[in-house]
Amino acid sequence: MAALSSPIRVCRGILKELRVIQGPTYKRSLAYSYVMDQFRKNKVTGERYCRAQQEAHHDSHTYLCLLGSTRSHLALHKLYHGKGDRSREEVAALVGLRLPSQPGGKGWEK
Amino acid sequence: MFRSLVKLRCPFGNILSPNKVCTSQHLRFAVKYSSATEERKRFYQDVSISQGEGGLYEINLDRKKLKTPGGKLFTAPNEALAIGVATEWDAQKDTLKYYSMHLTTLCNTALDNPTGRNEKQMISAALKFLDTDTICYRVDEPHSLVELQKNEWDPVLHWIEDRYNVTIGSSSSILGPEIPKATKDTFRQHLNSYNFWSLTGLEFVITQLKSVVLAIGMIDRHLSVEQAVLLSRLEEEYQIQHWGNVEWVHDYDMYELRARTAAGALFVHLSSESSTVKRKLMQD
Repeated sequence: MAALSSPIRVCRGILKELRVIQGPTYKRSLAYSYVMDQFRKNKVTGERYCRAQQEAHHDSHTYLCLLGSTRSHLALHKLYHGKGDRSREEVAALVGLRLPSQPGGKGWEK
Repeated sequence: MFRSLVKLRCPFGNILSPNKVCTSQHLRFAVKYSSATEERKRFYQDVSISQGEGGLYEINLDRKKLKTPGGKLFTAPNEALAIGVATEWDAQKDTLKYYSMHLTTLCNTALDNPTGRNEKQMISAALKFLDTDTICYRVDEPHSLVELQKNEWDPVLHWIEDRYNVTIGSSSSILGPEIPKATKDTFRQHLNSYNFWSLTGLEFVITQLKSVVLAIGMIDRHLSVEQAVLLSRLEEEYQIQHWGNVEWVHDYDMYELRARTAAGALFVHLSSESSTVKRKLMQD
């Protein structure tokens, strides 16, 4: 069995991700109530629910991973890949060159 | 870039192709699906779900119903999946980043079925990966990588061989290991119990991890997503340890792979489960 962090940590992690996504009003969202509901239902409380606890635990862990990885991926995407091609000036600057600021220098004499 | 290619292809396709109806149908799909890299402005405020005909869940953006790229009404088979999709739509800030909405994408694929295949063909396509499974291919050198692959991959291989009572084996030859027909038959039989939606998700996970063994290990909850992704990228991780980590390539790839794999796994679990709550009789 895969080593997963404890359910309460997973639950907190998911709620944290939801807060990042939805801002301060996240407690009113659908996902918040569903996640809380599921975590409360699948607590081991005198075997009242027959659903395997590990099953729900694994799924919640997977969901946490999905939310966290998507956030990190988007952040990296924005940082490194989100801008499209570099402009001509930037490309020139990369190799330490500067474009002529205005025509009229050498080669433009009449 | 792909978008511009499709746009370029459009006029030529229509002129050159004698079979116009079929091409335009394909192009319609191609153009619609090519919008995956395009970022559209967020055009709605509220996202909510509602239960429609046949108990299927629908997504509402303000008061409009969400549709698939193929033009069908978007429906999800259960509440959990619908909430997952709704959260994705809610998470978009100013522009819609379709490439980050993996659950939505998977639902769309399952609903539209753009490749037009049936379950049997999907199972065959998934099992094809077994012949070239990542964790069955081993290297001969360097010694430390050989050891690493043996230590990390062998336990998973042994686990799946015990669990399904099959032989897979590993090999360092370029032809890979000989996988007996009985093994494939066992897996085929196992996959037959999956419905169309789960198979869509499973095939997605297999193509992401490039491994049937790791995908099944994760779907059977033997591995967590992080472990499966780590094992799938084992050689890359080894090289990273040797040469250093480059954030905009290695981390970027890893997070994307993790997000995709997690979405696929969750999709399989949510679309194959039928949750019933049984209450025990009160005993006084």
